[in-house]
Amino acid sequence: MKTQREHRAYAAVQAARATTKIPIQTLIDDLVTDFFPLHGDRTGGDDPALIGGIGQLGDLPITIVGIQKGATTQENIARHFGSALPEGYRKALRLMKEAAKFRRPVLALINTPGAFPDKHSEDFGQGEAIARCLLEGMQLPTPILSVIVGEGGSGGALALACGDEVWMFQHSTYAILSPEGYASIMWKDATRAPEAAAKLGLTPKELLAEHIVDRVVTEVANADQAQDLAKAIHARLTGLLALSPEDLLARRHARYRHF
Amino acid sequence: MLQPKFTPPTAAELKKRRQAIPDRLAQRCPVCGKTFFRFQAGRCMTCPGCGYALRITARKRVKLLFDTFAETHADITVPDRFTDPAYRAKIAQAEKKTKLKESVLTGWATIADQRFAAGIMDPFFIMGSLGSATGEKITRLFEDATKAHAPVVLFTASGGARMQEGIVSLMQMAKVSQAVAAHSAAGLLYITVLCDPTTGGVTASFAQQGDIILAEPHALVGFAGRRVIEQTIHAQLPADFQRAETVLEHGFIDAIVPRDQQKTVLARLLRWHQPAPAKAVTSA
Ligand SMILES: [Zn+2]
Repeated sequence: MKTQREHRAYAAVQAARATTKIPIQTLIDDLVTDFFPLHGDRTGGDDPALIGGIGQLGDLPITIVGIQKGATTQENIARHFGSALPEGYRKALRLMKEAAKFRRPVLALINTPGAFPDKHSEDFGQGEAIARCLLEGMQLPTPILSVIVGEGGSGGALALACGDEVWMFQHSTYAILSPEGYASIMWKDATRAPEAAAKLGLTPKELLAEHIVDRVVTEVANADQAQDLAKAIHARLTGLLALSPEDLLARRHARYRHF
Repeated sequence: MLQPKFTPPTAAELKKRRQAIPDRLAQRCPVCGKTFFRFQAGRCMTCPGCGYALRITARKRVKLLFDTFAETHADITVPDRFTDPAYRAKIAQAEKKTKLKESVLTGWATIADQRFAAGIMDPFFIMGSLGSATGEKITRLFEDATKAHAPVVLFTASGGARMQEGIVSLMQMAKVSQAVAAHSAAGLLYITVLCDPTTGGVTASFAQQGDIILAEPHALVGFAGRRVIEQTIHAQLPADFQRAETVLEHGFIDAIVPRDQQKTVLARLLRWHQPAPAKAVTSA
């Protein structure tokens, strides 16, 4: 029998995965104006799961990188169910570096069960691509704000959530792996996912208490609701832009050093 | 009539006898399948059939490879806040097996008079998984090396993030990465030696961040697990999938170095990358 805590935790997982969740592309269009998509990792690929580009947020031009699930089966197949390929992480890092060159802030929007596990991704260095996001992305001297919109799955989410602040939607999760994965690894029984969800501590409230995330924001389902979020992001990025690059990096370093 | 002194045993009898040999005497190579006695693996613990470098404890590796070794941060261990009894039992068992308090052994080592900060992950400590104390020890290894202006050599062997510690384990990837970046920004050399197995969050962070990335023969090197991938793509993967030789072919490993050559190779690479002496500060 499920305990209340398990029930709550698994309900959070289901809410984060809900098909009604706002698609990242829609959220981008609601948050910024004149979004201009940029493609390619400059080493031979362009991952459809990873949306990148520049848009205008109030008086700030910002770079956006986002991992997008599909709304239809066809789109889901094209976007690998919101799991990025190495090409995707390389594209994200390339765009973040371009942003840093012009001291333009970066907004990362995350909804992914994790990096895509297939033969191509392994052969093309999925591990190396994420490792480089961590090694180089974390050192970029421009504000980086990440928002977990739906699922934040494992290293594939961390690669884009290692900047100055990490926020979470009210109905989102962030975990080392999926509850099904945890249950099958730890207990060889994927049906114990609700129990695993409770153990993983993946809800925004729990993660806020552990200082893994900095803020929980109200769920955004439409363009009107996106305006409050846009204002909050604008305010935070403006605040971070006021810091010198040295102070920004020192603050970022301290954020991760204490874990 | 004279009785023969020795009747050769039948094949079936031999097989039965071989199975009766305790594991520590005879073992089967997980790569080529050859069964061999422990002594045939030699001092370097290598499969006599295919050259696969067998999994060894961190303490054994130190004895095998380094001329001197002084352990650091030996007392850093799994934080008390993790109270799950099953996890605590696993830790106790791992400590006994490895004579370590976490899945990585750190210290100052020398090979042929070359001094460096050394980290050795132990695959027998909860699969060498990356716990918060593992991350702390590796972070301090880089911080110590940066302060002392010294190179780092890190032997990775890990099943990835430590599930029992949840999201805090994931944060170690970020924490270690920024220590690696600071060490690199100081112009210092970082060599990784990928040992069997190097997977998951360790591959996706410090294992793949070295200036030079070496690997042991046939070591498993990858991010996602074979089973997960086979379930995703609904197909069987080739036998050489995620083996160091395959990963090298794809461009993610510099060289595969058999265990008996590692000392020579490391000494040479360290010599070629000796840090420039810190510049004397001259007053204006
Ligand atoms: Zn063999």
